[in-house]
Formats: sequence, C-alpha cells, structure tokens
Amino acid sequence: MAYPPKDMMAAIAVTRFGLGARPGELETLQGDPQGWLKAQIRKEGADPIPNDGASSVKRLTEFAAYRRERRAAKADGEAALGAARLLRDDVGEDFVARARLGATTPAGFRERWALFWANHFTASATKLITAVVVGPYENEAIRPHVFGRFGDLLIASASHPAMLTYLDQFQSVGPDSPGAQFAARRQNRTAGLNENLAREILELHTVGVDGGYSQADVTEFARAMTGWSIGGPREPQRQGQFVFRAATHEPGSRTIMGRRYDQDGVDQAAAVMADLAAHPATARHVCGKIARHFVADDPPAALTDRLVAAWTASRGDLAVVANTLITANEAWDPTPAKFKTPYEFLISGWRAIGGQPTSAQYLAPLLTGMGQRPFAAPSPKGWADDAVTWCAPDAVIKRMSWAEGFAAVVAQDRDPNRIAAEALGARLSPQTAKAVARAESRPEALALLLMSPEFQRR
Amino acid sequence: MTSPVISRRLLLAAGASITFLGGGAYADETLNRRKLVVVICRGGMDGLSVSPPIGDPDYANLRGSIAIPASAALKLDDTFALHPSLTTVHRLALAGQARIAPAIASPDRARSHFEAQDVLESGASKVYGVSSGFLNRTLASLAPQRKVAGLSVGATAPLILRGKAPAGSWSPGAEANDLPRLPGLLTDLYAGDPMLAAALAQGLQTEAMAASAEQGQMAGGGMTPGLGRAALASSRKLGTTLAGFMTQPNGPQIAAISLDGFDTHANQNNALPPRLAGMDALLDGLSSGLGDEWKNTVVVCATEFGRTAKVNGTGGTDHGTGSTALVLGGALKKGGIIGDWPTLKQQALFENRDTAPTLDMRGLFKGVLADHMGVDRRALEGDVFPDSAGAAPVVGLV
Repeated sequence: MAYPPKDMMAAIAVTRFGLGARPGELETLQGDPQGWLKAQIRKEGADPIPNDGASSVKRLTEFAAYRRERRAAKADGEAALGAARLLRDDVGEDFVARARLGATTPAGFRERWALFWANHFTASATKLITAVVVGPYENEAIRPHVFGRFGDLLIASASHPAMLTYLDQFQSVGPDSPGAQFAARRQNRTAGLNENLAREILELHTVGVDGGYSQADVTEFARAMTGWSIGGPREPQRQGQFVFRAATHEPGSRTIMGRRYDQDGVDQAAAVMADLAAHPATARHVCGKIARHFVADDPPAALTDRLVAAWTASRGDLAVVANTLITANEAWDPTPAKFKTPYEFLISGWRAIGGQPTSAQYLAPLLTGMGQRPFAAPSPKGWADDAVTWCAPDAVIKRMSWAEGFAAVVAQDRDPNRIAAEALGARLSPQTAKAVARAESRPEALALLLMSPEFQRR
Repeated sequence: MTSPVISRRLLLAAGASITFLGGGAYADETLNRRKLVVVICRGGMDGLSVSPPIGDPDYANLRGSIAIPASAALKLDDTFALHPSLTTVHRLALAGQARIAPAIASPDRARSHFEAQDVLESGASKVYGVSSGFLNRTLASLAPQRKVAGLSVGATAPLILRGKAPAGSWSPGAEANDLPRLPGLLTDLYAGDPMLAAALAQGLQTEAMAASAEQGQMAGGGMTPGLGRAALASSRKLGTTLAGFMTQPNGPQIAAISLDGFDTHANQNNALPPRLAGMDALLDGLSSGLGDEWKNTVVVCATEFGRTAKVNGTGGTDHGTGSTALVLGGALKKGGIIGDWPTLKQQALFENRDTAPTLDMRGLFKGVLADHMGVDRRALEGDVFPDSAGAAPVVGLV
C-alpha cells in the first residue's frame, strides 16, 4: 500500500492522528505531514493539563478536610453538600482545562496520544475521592510517561492515588500480614485482600483477558500488591501520596504466571509489573488497542504486527511505537474508518472555528448527553472505541442539536466554505462542499459541515 | 435626552431633510410613532411564486409544473397575483396597504446566500464592504435628533441590526423553529453513508414519537404535510408579540426578523407553501397586533436573491437574481407595482435565466427610511448606504 498524495496526508495527519485542524493549521504541515507528526514526539511526554498545578496531595488533603467536617457537622447536611460541590467544581475545572488544551494545542497528535493512554489506564471519576485526583493523575502519572517506557507508565499509574482509590487497592491487606492480625484483634471486618487492581492490571492494562493467567495468578498478584496504599489524614507528612505499608504487605514469595517472586516489600509487585510489561501478550494486546484507536475498529493485522515488532525490539519504548504508527502506510488509508467519540467530535468542532470551550457547565451536560460524561468512563475498561457505541440514534440527534446551536452562535462572522476547506482539506467531499456552499445561512452551512460524514470521522 | 422642541429645531436646521420628508412627516409627534419592520426571507425567496406574473405570456411555460395556476392565484392586476398562501397580504393589498416590487435585487450578483445576505443586510455595494447593518447605522444617524430603539427577533442579532448603535434582541424560544431544515439536509448528505443514515433516521423517528407523545396525540395519526395549525398559530403569535413590543411606550420603532427555509431547490410545490403561509401568519399577527399603530407602520419583506425563471429538473428552482419584495403597512400610499416589470421574455432574462432586476434594493429602503422614518438624505447617501448614488430612492411610497 502506498501513501496517498501529500495534501491528503496532511488532512489525515491533522484529523486522524490529531484533534482536527484549526484555521490555517493545515497549510503549515502541507509540505511534510509526517515530519509534523514526528516533531510532536518528545521524551518529556505530553503537555500537562493547565490546571494551576493542582496536585493530588493538595486535592486529597482538601478531600480529607471535607470528610472531617462532614463527620463533625452531621446535622448540617447543607454545608457538607456545599463542600462536596466545591470539590466537584475542581474536577469540572480540570476537565475544561483539558478540553481547552485539546482545542488550542498545536500538537494535536501528542494530545491524542496522551488521551489514549489516559483511557487505557482509566481512573474514573465515579467516586468523589477518585474524582478529585483524576486531573492530577493525568498530569502526574500519565502525561510525563507517554513517550517513555511502557513499564514506567504502568508503575506510575498503578502507584498513583487515583488508581489506588479507584480500584480499592489502598485498602487491600495481606491476610497473614501483621496489619491483618491487628485488625482481627480490633474486629475490623474491612481488612482483607482486594483483588480489583491486580485483576485489572492483568486483564486491561497488560496481557489482556486472553493473556494466559488464571484466577490463582490474580490472587497471587493481589497478595504481592498488598501494602501499596496512600498516606491518610493522620500522616500529614505523606498525606495524599503513594506509601508502601510494610505492615499490611502479605509476607512470603509469590508465583505469578509461572514465575516466582522472592522480593520483599514494594519491590515484589514492581517486579511482577516489570515482567508483565515485557510479556509478549502485553505487546500484542496494547498494540492492537493502539491500532484500533487510531486507524480502524477492525485494524489491518499488518499494522498491529508492525507495532508489536517495534514494541518488542525497543522493549516497550512508546516513542518508538508512536513513530512506527505514524510511518506505517496501513495507517494512511484515505478512507476514514473511525467515528469520533463525543469528546473528539466537540473538540474538533471548536478547533474548526478556532475557538475553545469556556465552561464545564456548558461542556459537561453536552458530553453526558452524547454518552461520555466527563472523566467518568463506565468501567475500568475505559471508553468504548468503536462506531457502534458512539453512532447511536439518540447520540446522533444530540450531535445534530449541538451542531445547530453551536453554529447559530459562532457562524455569524465566518465564511463556512473556508472553514470547511481549512478543517478537512483534501478530505472534504464534493457532496459536503456543495451542501455547505448551498446552505441558506452561515449557521446552517456550519452545522452541515460539523455533521458531515467526513467531519464525524477521522 | 433630546427634547422634542430641540430635535425639531435640529431637523429644520438640517434643511435638506425637509424636502425629503414625505407628507405629514414634519410633526415630531408623528415621527415618534413611525414604525419599520424588516422581514428577511433567507434562502432566496422565489419572487415568481410570491407574486406570480400570471398575465405574463411566458410565465406558465417557463414554470411548468410549479406555475401557480391562475385559478388558484390571488389576483392583483392584469399581470400579477399573489401566491394562494398569502391571504393576509392579499386582503391588505386590496385595501391599498400592500404592494409588490416584483423585480428587485441587492447589488450582489454572486448567487451565494452568505454573500447576498451580507450585501442585503449591510447595505454595502459589495460583499465585505461594511461590517455593520444598515438599520443599525440608521439608528446611529437618527440618534442626534431623536432616540429610536431597534429590536431584532431571534437568538442572535442579524447583521442588519448589528453595529455600534445599541439594539435590543428578543428570542421567542423553542417555537421559532417549527420546520427545522437540518434533518432533511442531513438525510440527503448521508445518502451514501448507511451507518449515519440509519442512526439519524431512527433517531428522528424516536424524536417524532416523543414529540407526539408529549402533545398527547394519537399514535399512528396521520400528519398533514405543510405548516400545521400549531405552527401557523405560533407564527401569528410571533407577529402579535412583536407588535406588543412595538406598541409599548418607548418601544422599538425599528425591528428586524428573519424567516428561513426559502431555498427551494426541489419539490417547491410542497416546500414553499408552508414558508409563505408562515410569513403570511406573521404579517397577520403583526398587523392586527399593531391595531391603531398599523397606520404608522411600514413592513418590508425582502430576500437576498430570487430564483431561476425556469423550473429545474427536480421540481424546484436554483439560485437566481431578481425577486419580489413585499411592502406593507397602513402608512403606505395606494399604488401599483413598485419598479418596472422586465417581463419573462427570453431576451429580457438576466444572464438568460433569472428575473432581471429593475430596482436596487437600496433604493427601496432609502425611500422608506427617508419618507417614513425621517432619515436625512446626507446620512442615507453617506453612512447608511455608502456608494449608493446609482440607487435612487423610491419616492412617494408613504
């Protein structure tokens, strides 16, 4: 398969690998679309979400204070509700800051690459304690590592308070640990092993459901992970940070997927994760997901093979994998096979007009209506990555209503023919160009563009 | 705030304006009651259907299946009639309160909706000539003499009223869009896309079911095509509400409202009547709502361009040039058509396809603004309609 012509490559680069073209952007990469993509790969990782540097420590300290107040003022439910709302507002601010970054960044591929990994290692804002650190989680654990080694990314995510709270790891106690014995004397029924994170690391983050592990491997891995926790309110020096609690760590050697781990303490689970990161099934599982995310719901096997080879040869160097993706000719098929998620759709809409979203109050209900509540994927598996999910009838109607309302507000002073050309370049079909040109008003023209088959795909 | 006495003195001092003010306009009291409503019919309204020249020997032949039959048309004179949906306009015309300008156009000839609407609303001689609207500049030019408030109806201010002078806007909410066009246009656009086509069709079907469930309609009940009674009622209400605004003390004297859906490329016999009926209902609501004030009012319904004289292959018409403007109001003087009729003879058509424009849209508005609203000539030729010396004001309308 040969590469398509340059102008088509430029349009693909900015829409399939990026988040859509801002006005004038396509022109700048016309000469060297692949070079434009390559230049976005950098060792220091993706751009941080500009959320005033709010850290997990700060957020979890505030969260602890909120809990304390709630307990103290049981009678005053109003005050507690108000405090919870403030915390939720922080989460909304994180989200809209990320959306603004997406709408304005000149490095759309880098941002998409970061979003892929944030979704791969989903920590969902479904409980408040996790919600307050989902934004900081991306900045602290995901974004710095997305062009580094996969193994480092895995450990960074598994040891972050967002993941430790989301999948209940921070409360997991080894049954034979001193902590369990202490809890038993105090008749604390909550102390015990929790397999949640260990299972999801195997099933979702690394080797995959067919990766060749058994229930016994899950339990053994969960035992190895005991002690991975976070500092609580009574530990002011390390509140909101990762801590290893030797007292709750299950003593002894573990055997996982046929390998024996004699390490003591925190190193034991880290060694397991290093092996999982290097496992061939992990390369196959994760590379398949990358191909599916960027290229097609059912990606060409040759593309996945190419990514797996690069992953294996570089021992999970994600910069190498990213580079392989953008140079693989299978990734440049001019026919767009991916239907944009609601987030990708909305962000690319703002990019097309050179704008950006302004408030979470506006953005959150929109995305929720289209099936993608901010930061709140329905399960640890993250957001679905196929057209069947996102091209549902009700969601398409909601997209249409949004496009109509959005266009009515923003289209007045803009030339929709030009927006169409600048947003889609060579991908703009004659049918859509004609519909836009013949529309009877600018808002109608822009709504048609946003809802066109090629704008909704990438 | 300028007192009436001072403002009258200023008006007199302006000198030139005296000759330009039509009968009765020299009394401030009257000027302060004068009202102008501009209805912008977006999409390129088909003048040959609004005011079919049924007496023109070439009309029936050119129009074929979309010709308005003489038996159904509402007769105005030997040549012209009105579309059967325009019953209010016809009633007013018979009373001398509605006239047609059957071959009018803005100076734009590009046949692009956006460009032509820009030129129509900005009052410029070409596209991107001016970034504000001529009604807004009218408010600004009147400001030194008297305070005239402007109001646009709709969620966003149309270009015609945008600019430096403050103008209000009001949106009637969900009712305004009774006949959304987007679903139909998208259904066409998705013709080659089974996935999106199926999702959209199913989504729309569910929406329709939900809407009828909310209205308590019987499931399976047939929907009559065209503008339903509810939609007509809401168009009429829009007119009475606007009238309500304009009859309040210090209410707006100048208002603009947009109607859309006039881009009838196909199946015009079904697509156009509901739009015209909606416009007619709006005018009915407006004229009856204004009551006594109707006698101080002029309404102009204008579109960005007309449509091809000949029917196309899909029972519709394509973007053209000259079209019909409707001029209505109790302030209007009786008279025949405004401007000349170029006829539909092949050699008379503009570029062999469109009604040839014989009247510049700016000339119509210059006449109305001068004689009815008391805008002075220098302002009209300068700020309001720059570079419009070639478009002579239509005099004697009021």
